[in-house]
Amino acid sequence: MSEPILVVRDLRACVNGKPILKGVDLTVYPGQVHAIMGPNGSGKSTLAQVLAGHEIYEVTGGEAIYCGKNLLEMKPEERAREGVFLAFQYPVEIPGLNNMEFLRAALNAIRKHRGLEEIDAFDFLNLVQERARRLGISEELLNRSLNVGFSGGEKKRNEILQLSILEPRLAILDETDSGLDIDALKAVAEGVNTMRSPERAFIVVTHYQRLLNYVVPDVVHIMYDGRIVQSGGKELAEELERRGYSWLEETVGSAR
Amino acid sequence: MKSSTTVQVPELVAKLGEGPDWLAERRQAAFERFRALGFPTTRDEAWRYTNVSPIARTHFRSAEPDWARAVSLLERAWVGESAVRLVLVDGRYVESLSRMPQQSGVRAMSLQRAIEQNPELVRAELARLAVFDNHAFTAWNTACFADGAVVIVEPGRVLDGAVHILHLSTGGSEPVVSHPRVLVLAGRQSQFAVVEEYLGPDGQVYLANAVTEIVCADGAVVEHYKLEREAQQAYHVAAIWARLGRDSQFTSHLVGLGSALSRHDVVVILAGPGSEAVLNGLYLVDGQRHADYQTLLHHVAPHCQSREDYKGILAGAGTGVFNGKIRVEPAAQKTDAIQHNKNLLLSREATINTKPQLEIYADDVRCTHGATVGQLEEEQLFYLQSRGMSAEEAKAALVVAFAGEVVERFRLAPLRAAVKGYIGEVARTL
Ligand SMILES: Nc1ncnc2c1ncn2[C@@H]1O[C@H](COP(=O)(O)OP(=O)(O)OP(=O)(O)O)[C@@H](O)[C@H]1O
Ligand SMILES: [Mg+2]
Repeated sequence: MSEPILVVRDLRACVNGKPILKGVDLTVYPGQVHAIMGPNGSGKSTLAQVLAGHEIYEVTGGEAIYCGKNLLEMKPEERAREGVFLAFQYPVEIPGLNNMEFLRAALNAIRKHRGLEEIDAFDFLNLVQERARRLGISEELLNRSLNVGFSGGEKKRNEILQLSILEPRLAILDETDSGLDIDALKAVAEGVNTMRSPERAFIVVTHYQRLLNYVVPDVVHIMYDGRIVQSGGKELAEELERRGYSWLEETVGSAR
Repeated sequence: MKSSTTVQVPELVAKLGEGPDWLAERRQAAFERFRALGFPTTRDEAWRYTNVSPIARTHFRSAEPDWARAVSLLERAWVGESAVRLVLVDGRYVESLSRMPQQSGVRAMSLQRAIEQNPELVRAELARLAVFDNHAFTAWNTACFADGAVVIVEPGRVLDGAVHILHLSTGGSEPVVSHPRVLVLAGRQSQFAVVEEYLGPDGQVYLANAVTEIVCADGAVVEHYKLEREAQQAYHVAAIWARLGRDSQFTSHLVGLGSALSRHDVVVILAGPGSEAVLNGLYLVDGQRHADYQTLLHHVAPHCQSREDYKGILAGAGTGVFNGKIRVEPAAQKTDAIQHNKNLLLSREATINTKPQLEIYADDVRCTHGATVGQLEEEQLFYLQSRGMSAEEAKAALVVAFAGEVVERFRLAPLRAAVKGYIGEVARTL
């Protein structure tokens, strides 16, 4: 197999002095889709945010190596420019920041880092309109302030739009499927599937098996109390769906 | 205690005899008032947070144009789809740099010329609205203005493109002062926009002491834009007065980005029933700069509406003052007034003094106000950084976004992008 895109070893992190991640191990190879499931508050979003570089989380131990580089030493924008993308569980609203202008600024920041010229305004417009159409995002939404007045589903689709324009190597999707109706879910899944490639990897955080019917994972992990307690194939997600998280609590609890 | 005004006397005396008798009389009265008032001090309630002693202490000379500087400033000015461009250099109209209206129904000219060509009209309106009884700077301007701009739009005219009045200060080897004067007369049911832009060369110490009077006849729809883009070392003091006739609509967009010390007094008199006023403002101070905005919405007639929204960005050790007064006279029943002032503090050293002031003498009115002071949100910064923008770019983007709401209210679309650009330029240095 080729070199891993991401290697996380014994990663520990605190927020306000309270330990949240208590030793996470995870290795992701190019071309793979990893799903991370687990009960509320188990630390899934924390892991995603730590990988994206949010400074509110203090890393207290372990390491994260991205394409051979120490990810934890990089600023959030460096990670993004190097190809790490996080689709937020709760995308932030920024009144006054035009959605499309922002996306262009982001794309140009990344292109500049890759030694490419700024994208032509006309080409950009064509690109965004084509991708937006496929995701069922209206022109009007593109011209609004970032996420302001968007429904939950529109926010998630907008995250996937950014993903498809910014073309990262490692995409982390934090509950992008939550709160979506079936049409939105299919649009999002299709957006992800068209992005799947041998060079790119996905980490998909989800509560539900439902998304995994459309975006079929290579590996499924279960996170519990700040650790990955079980990993397996896509059957693991099905089992979890059938038996519920209480089953997990019993197994993990008794193993301690 | 009154400050000495003796240093200005030679300049004053030189102007007093100029023009027709009625003007000489008004200048004389203004001169006497200025002498009696002296410069305000921080003991004056209206000047509590703004110390003008740097201005009072300075020996200003009358500005003499530096043409090379004027020409290079022109390159920085807004180039929009204006119908008319009047260029004033150090307060004096310069024909060779200006562009006259091609449309009928609008007259735009220097104040000097207006006094010659339309003496009755100018006499009836000039220095009527902008009372100087208790405002020393307005008195000083009235006594001393060398020239100015006059815009007269005939009843029923709807202008294509804005009237752009560009005020260039060129500075000098010693501190200089100019007194730009603008008079706008909007005929019944006329509709147009005036863009006043103030620019000066960086590094120069000068004072622009401006007075603008806008008279909206019944049903007129007037948008006044003011872009204060003075040099960072300059002083800028300005009064903007508007009187609104029946069912007229007046909007003041005020964007203050420059000056070491600036002070604006914006007074709107809702004199005709059914009139509507919008005050839309944005100020940005950084370094050691100081900006003071005093607005008065004076509801005189019934069934009038006013909407005010001022936003402030305060960085470095910058200081800002916002005082928003709404005065509702007993006759002004059914007044509907809303005022907001929202401030973004970008550093611990920056300060804002914000105060609403409601004086309501009518009982059947709706007046609400609110002021907030906040900081940049970490979550927003992180989101932008997670998309590849540097911390500085993210901050600048959020500052421009904060200002965005004010800019989006511009009806002149070409000015929106330009002003966002000006704000962005400053925001990247914060
Ligand atoms: N910024 C924060 N401040 C305080 N506590 C936090 C913060 N972020 C996370 N936590 C705490 O850390 C724990 C893990 O939260 P996290 O959001 O990572 O869980 P999650 O697995 O993503 O949950 P969910 O399934 O509900 O999204 C929770 O107890 C949460 O309250
Ligand atoms: Mg979560």
